[in-house]
Amino acid sequence: MLTVPRAPEIVMHDGERSAWGHLAESVRMSHGNGDGMTETMGSLARFGPYGGQYAPETLMSALQEVEEAYEEARRDAAFARELAELQRHYVGRPTPIFHARNLSRRLGAEIYLKREDLAHTGAHKINNALGQGLLARRMGKRRIIAETGAGQHGVATATVCAMLGLDGVVYMGQVDIERQELNVFRMRLLGSEVHAVTAGTQTLKDAINEAFRDWVGHVDDSFYLIGSVVGPHPYPTIVRDFQSVIGREAVVQMEEEVGRLPDYVVACVGGGSNAMGIFHPFAPHTSVKLVGVEAGGRGDALGEHAATLVHGVQGVLHGARTYVLQDEHGQIAGTHSISAGLDYPGVGPEHSWYKDSGRASYVSIDDEEALAAFRTLSETEGIIPALESAHAVAYAATIARENPGSTILINLSGRGDKDVAQVIPLLEGEL
Amino acid sequence: MNALDAAFTAARREGRGVLMPYLTAGYPAREGFVDLAVAILDAGGDALEIGIPFSDPLLDGVSIQGSNQAALEQGVTPADCLAYARAIHQRSNKPLLLMGAYNPIYAYGVARFYREAAEAGVSALIVPDVPLEEQEDLATGAAETGLHLIQLVAPTSSDERLARVAARASGFLYCISVAGVTGARSGGVAETARPLVARVRALTEVPLAVGFGIAGPAQAQEVAGFADGVIVASRLVDLLRETPAGDRMRVATDFIRSLRDALQHPAVAG
Repeated sequence: MLTVPRAPEIVMHDGERSAWGHLAESVRMSHGNGDGMTETMGSLARFGPYGGQYAPETLMSALQEVEEAYEEARRDAAFARELAELQRHYVGRPTPIFHARNLSRRLGAEIYLKREDLAHTGAHKINNALGQGLLARRMGKRRIIAETGAGQHGVATATVCAMLGLDGVVYMGQVDIERQELNVFRMRLLGSEVHAVTAGTQTLKDAINEAFRDWVGHVDDSFYLIGSVVGPHPYPTIVRDFQSVIGREAVVQMEEEVGRLPDYVVACVGGGSNAMGIFHPFAPHTSVKLVGVEAGGRGDALGEHAATLVHGVQGVLHGARTYVLQDEHGQIAGTHSISAGLDYPGVGPEHSWYKDSGRASYVSIDDEEALAAFRTLSETEGIIPALESAHAVAYAATIARENPGSTILINLSGRGDKDVAQVIPLLEGEL
Repeated sequence: MNALDAAFTAARREGRGVLMPYLTAGYPAREGFVDLAVAILDAGGDALEIGIPFSDPLLDGVSIQGSNQAALEQGVTPADCLAYARAIHQRSNKPLLLMGAYNPIYAYGVARFYREAAEAGVSALIVPDVPLEEQEDLATGAAETGLHLIQLVAPTSSDERLARVAARASGFLYCISVAGVTGARSGGVAETARPLVARVRALTEVPLAVGFGIAGPAQAQEVAGFADGVIVASRLVDLLRETPAGDRMRVATDFIRSLRDALQHPAVAG
């Protein structure tokens, strides 16, 4: 039986309705120790004890600049109009909710899919890339730095750069470059530079390191377009806000088209942007249980999975206090997942807060289960999901088994075309 | 008196810049590391920065990324760094600084780390990924143990930030010479270094030391013309990596002597 998460007390210090129609809930906590430090310490957005701004001094003024520009953009009706216009005519929003009847029959529950796989470039990543791209252009930054794991954020960033006439520079781990060859070519076709990262584990975390290093050296003319709800403040808030379009649409679609909110909302969690995007607008609806599905990889031992909230401990990674997969000495662990997009030893700080507060629960699905769900959704509904999203599909089956007849909304965060080449040797002979 | 303050006071009296070399703990090899560190201090290092290796050093270029990785492969832990400091302190009365990313210190326990660092004879901590806004625990530890928590400023710091950071500075203010990662630069000192030092000079009495990209005696001498000290890291790491084990001690101490000589005769400011 899945434990029923309780609603946290979300402190709403800033209840103003922003220009594009959602609540800004940056939880601001001033922190001082009573010896007069409060004044010099300032205050930063945090999610409970998580988040913050653990960044080198070289970037602090740049982070402040991004925060100020974002706050300004949030209140600018013209910015909101342009974003909405491009979401509709360029990205193809709103993405539909699809009642997966065949899968529903098979699982004994009502399964709905939020079709982010139908968004331009084939995943939810475009929502954030577009928003931040417009923000960068507004700030007069012509050079866009991005990291990518599976390549979806890289492709989304390269796409937005092409459309807005900006220069894209994408860092990608060598291991990921090899398993996501198609996306590398797409990025180059779109006119962005792709730099292979050969340091460390050569995956997403190392790509983020390298993107930060680039930004440290090019603060003046460059904008770091981070791809998930991670990093130092204000990034987790910015990315969440741009991705929340998923959940805002889904709340309305469920109410209007299905006539009720779901019992469960299920999404995969690597850094956690698609999950936060759909969770956040559902969070005030306390009847809706939120379930994040992490990558269980090939086992529970450190290094064999990427299930940060399931197995990790508190630490500081990439600018934020959050749950981290690390060894006893505070060294960041290597990770493994069949899915490059989930292969990350940290997680967005707001997810850490959702976990601790009980607003969401976090589970894991291993490589084999994800691969099986990849096949199942393809066969039953004619939808090939991204391997990332397949983790959410797989866990929906567990929820259905334990809660027959329940209504489950899965965030189908991306399409699986990018994964086909990788999956061919794994499934050949079985088909 | 904190040994670091004494070192700056003595150098000022002698009219020269303070030399602070950096070594990654346990690099290039665990065996002989303490001997190497002591030799570097004896050859003219006024203080030694001991780097706590970290898996993901965001602010470091390839040289120090490499030394971090090599040290981790040899199993160097934060506890080992404290043990190295203790052993070096027993053989040298010069100030020792521990420098590293926050996560290993956080995992060790901030209060415990400070306590044990103080017991080992360490004078100061440098944690470059924890800016002023996030220093509450680190500041508490410093206050409780008498260690300095070294503040950093960068060419990109706004005037408003410089004022706030300078107000919290103790020991010395670490002036990052260039907007970029660590790494030896060819040519002169980054042109952003001197204006940065001038901007903070007006804000604090604390000594100003310049690091990042200081590759040799010429740059050290140039820096000594406008700042109170230099930090030399990547170039020393490069030399240790490039030199066969048998020659390392000689090459490293020769390099330190050449830097120290340069600092005796600061370039005329202007």
